[in-house]
Amino acid sequence: MDFFDDIIIDIKQLTFSRGDRYICKNIDIRIPRGKVTAIMGPSGTGKTTLLKLIGGQLKPDSGSILLDGDDIPRLSRSELFDVREKMGMLFQSGALFTDMTVFENVAFPLRVHTKLPQDMIRDIVLMKLQAVGLRGAAELMPSELSGGMGRRVALARAIVLDPALVMYDEPFTGQDPIAMGVLVNLIKKLNQALGHTSIIVSHDIKETLSIADYIYIIADADVIAHGTPEELQQNDSEQVRQFMCGLPDGPVPFHFPANDYETQLMGGVDGSGN
Amino acid sequence: MEAVINNLIFLGRIAIDRVSAIGRSGMILMHAIIARPDPLTSFPLLIRQLYSVGVLSMIIIIVSGLFIGMVLALQGYNILVDYGTEQAVGQMVALSLVRELAPVVTALLFAGRAGSALTAEIGLMKATEQLSGMEMIGVDPLRRIIAPRFWAGFISLPILTMIFSAVGIWGGLLVGVEWLGIYEGSFWSNMQNSVDFFDDIGNGLIKSLVFGLVVTWVAVFQGYDSVPTSEGISQATTKTVVYSSLAILGLDFILTALMFGDL
Repeated sequence: MDFFDDIIIDIKQLTFSRGDRYICKNIDIRIPRGKVTAIMGPSGTGKTTLLKLIGGQLKPDSGSILLDGDDIPRLSRSELFDVREKMGMLFQSGALFTDMTVFENVAFPLRVHTKLPQDMIRDIVLMKLQAVGLRGAAELMPSELSGGMGRRVALARAIVLDPALVMYDEPFTGQDPIAMGVLVNLIKKLNQALGHTSIIVSHDIKETLSIADYIYIIADADVIAHGTPEELQQNDSEQVRQFMCGLPDGPVPFHFPANDYETQLMGGVDGSGN
Repeated sequence: MEAVINNLIFLGRIAIDRVSAIGRSGMILMHAIIARPDPLTSFPLLIRQLYSVGVLSMIIIIVSGLFIGMVLALQGYNILVDYGTEQAVGQMVALSLVRELAPVVTALLFAGRAGSALTAEIGLMKATEQLSGMEMIGVDPLRRIIAPRFWAGFISLPILTMIFSAVGIWGGLLVGVEWLGIYEGSFWSNMQNSVDFFDDIGNGLIKSLVFGLVVTWVAVFQGYDSVPTSEGISQATTKTVVYSSLAILGLDFILTALMFGDL
């Protein structure tokens, strides 16, 4: 069966710019349902922006983002909040509510969106915390958690409503090897157990390759390659190889664009304008 | 010629930024005011904010009110005693407080204490992606975060103003009657004869309602619109105190002219 027989998100001709700079220009991305899809690329290429566009937190200049037929950029504010019940998002910072305990953080979406009795909310929250290994931390405040624990609590909160789509924004960044291993394992197991669709934005190649079913690589405001992890590892494109092998220089230059080095050094303060 | 055009572009950009900021703040105010409240969730949130915005501001309001009332009585006595009218100290303290000093000083203190705290709190929630997280959970932060804080400020300030006036008058009584020996009956009866409930207390309350609206609006907007960095939050907090204070003093003149200026 082809990956794309059943797609949950269909992004068509999406363009988004900040000032004069294009973050993405006429890109097409399809996310298969029930799979782990990774969006990878060098830092600053707009991967997180793409997640925010899918979540409706930003409006594109043009193009469409169809989530099960709902065109996200064209939804009203209230329709958008309804659609977001189908989504869960793990933010890079965790984004836990600092005035609530771990338990209350995870219970928050249930309290807002359901009319479940207290007993049931308690049981669901404890089950989700057990799934991420933090049932014992239920009464702690977010400030008492380590970075890895905070990310796991945020993961429990992201899946507490059993959403159809879970988006992970740089889930492995800044984690120690143990926490990273735990997160990789959790994302993989939860995706299999709960059957939701996962989108992972990351530039941690090894971890992402180990769990992704399909990968898009973004650079220069465009999708430069896409395919299964095996297909991308065989890709001959210089740009793709530079990223996949972590080479310091190549089509993505090491140096930020600047005036001529010698001219700037010899020009002094006035000559360089700096 | 090019320099002139560049300056014009620069001025135009500033003007557009200012107008769009006013537009954004108007949208936030509208959302906060018309947000459909859900009594089960909104009421506890409002109570919590009334506590942190209003109750926690009481100490500074009470202490300030006490000292300002005492200073007014002392200064008033020193001037009035030369004319043999020191019995009017109560009247002078009360009118100064309820008409002018209580609404203005309370609002200025409120901007510094609660307004800056609101801006910093909302700005930090933005910087740590808590507002984005809330949006992605399907909860509108304008309803959940901004609206209860806005209403808490709007409700708290008039109450704090009344407390300021009451404590200030008591401070005036301590200095005028207990220390300087003014006859207590004159102190109260002069006050009772001269302070009109609608013209003085009512107008003072209207002022504090307007100040409450402006200070809280500025505070929540600056927090919500802040650049989510440490420098951005620091600038937003400063702007809250500066803009609120200037708005309070400017509006006070306009309101005083309308209420007491016989225009």
